[in-house]
Amino acid sequence: MMLLPCPWCGPRNASEFRYVGETGPRPDPTTATPEQWRRHLYFHANPRGWVRESWYHRAGCRRYFAAERHTATNEVRSSGGHS
Amino acid sequence: MSSSNNGTGNRNGSRNGHRPLRRGRRYSAWSLLQHGLSGADWPVTFRSHPKRDSYDVVIVGGGVHGLATAYYLAANHGIRNVAVLEKSYIGSGGSGRNTAILRSNYLTPEGVRFYDRSVKLYEHLAAELNFNVMFSQRGHLTLAHNDASLRTMRWRTEVNKLQGVDSEVIGPDEVKKLVPYLDTSSTTRYPVLGALYHPPGGIIRHDAVVWGYARGADAHGVHIHQKTEVVGIDVEGGRVTGVRTDDGHRIATPVVVNCTAGWSTLISDMAGVSMPVQTFPLQAAVTEPVKPFLDTVIVSGTLHVYVSQTDRGELVFGASVDPFASYSTRGSLEFAEGVAGHVLELMPALSKMRLLRQWAGLCDMTPDYSPIMGPTPVGGFYVDVGWGTYGFKAGPVSGEAMADCIANERPPEIISAFGLDRFEAGRLVGEKGAAAVGH
Repeated sequence: MMLLPCPWCGPRNASEFRYVGETGPRPDPTTATPEQWRRHLYFHANPRGWVRESWYHRAGCRRYFAAERHTATNEVRSSGGHS
Repeated sequence: MSSSNNGTGNRNGSRNGHRPLRRGRRYSAWSLLQHGLSGADWPVTFRSHPKRDSYDVVIVGGGVHGLATAYYLAANHGIRNVAVLEKSYIGSGGSGRNTAILRSNYLTPEGVRFYDRSVKLYEHLAAELNFNVMFSQRGHLTLAHNDASLRTMRWRTEVNKLQGVDSEVIGPDEVKKLVPYLDTSSTTRYPVLGALYHPPGGIIRHDAVVWGYARGADAHGVHIHQKTEVVGIDVEGGRVTGVRTDDGHRIATPVVVNCTAGWSTLISDMAGVSMPVQTFPLQAAVTEPVKPFLDTVIVSGTLHVYVSQTDRGELVFGASVDPFASYSTRGSLEFAEGVAGHVLELMPALSKMRLLRQWAGLCDMTPDYSPIMGPTPVGGFYVDVGWGTYGFKAGPVSGEAMADCIANERPPEIISAFGLDRFEAGRLVGEKGAAAVGH
């Protein structure tokens, strides 16, 4: 079992959440080309190490938040609040 | 690469494409009798060599894809000055962790042709490699639990038939005849409405495939370096010039092929090539052995489970990938609970069976559930990655196509849709037959 620190509900079982993925800056919708959008959608850092990512607490408060997780150990370091 | 034949590439081999195994190394009934009577040791299946300072081709990853690529480079194209670098032992990654299911009943004509070529290569692999790979074409059943699945299966059947692949939709009565232990009553949560029956599908001994390719490649002069991790790839002027390994070696080479699963992002990062890949664990489990009672492969997309019985009598269970990206290969209780519940939905008679062990392998998932094969923006750096949950069954055809791609310096038609450039260009390949259930 893996616990995730929801900033509103406290530590809860990971099975209550939906994994959204790595967080990062979105391209500017007014200027981005289709290539830039595809790059943003499809390409990920996918590191073996610490990564900042978004989760959705679907079986709880149904809100999004960001957390840092080590992808080799699944250790969760901090809750980053709103994503 | 075709020019390399007159260089070091021919150091170990003859000039024609195929070189038979040396005397005394061929397995046969006669050699079995001879060794049985004499008590002599068998020769090693493949040898270890000291590392050369340079190779014509360096393949990263000693699984079925890497070893098959090395084998076909040597056997079909005469390129023999090849090294396969494996950070652990050969077949220790996805090749030894999958559930060993082979099939070609995909949804798109391109997918069907591709995987059918793989099944055909697997059918003749034991003879070609002189190594028993224990391919059992026992038939493959994909169960339909709702009208939508049944409709897609009829579609798949027609696409398969047009490509000459044996597939048909059968009703619950016929399913029951093939698998008497399956609960086909109409009162279950997910009643069986029919199935896509694919007789050429089956299971194979996945370790034997790895060892067979290693032995075949070795016989052609390929060097296999186990316990050798690549820690860096040298790129100068937009071209690959060499790789560095964890034991301090620097190997010069004009061609590096990334044949890893799980680590494909990290290896490609070394060459400065970004990958549209996310790494997810995929778990599987095996029960204690029981008498043979299941002689087909059963898959349920709705229940996200697939079941087969090995020659040892163990039931092998697989499911879809874990719900979040990770490089961790630890098993989870959620998986064991989930897969057990789903298997019992299908076969309630198994309720007293015990799980023997569970494990996980790493799957590099791409946005369109299709692999990434061919050249990259860095000259001489090729990839055969992004195989998600369906890499093992594609091993032989991938090796054959990648060898062709490297030898002729352009991707052959069969993999031309799988290039890395398709993601930014927006030419995604939707293979829903692969996405239906994670295997």
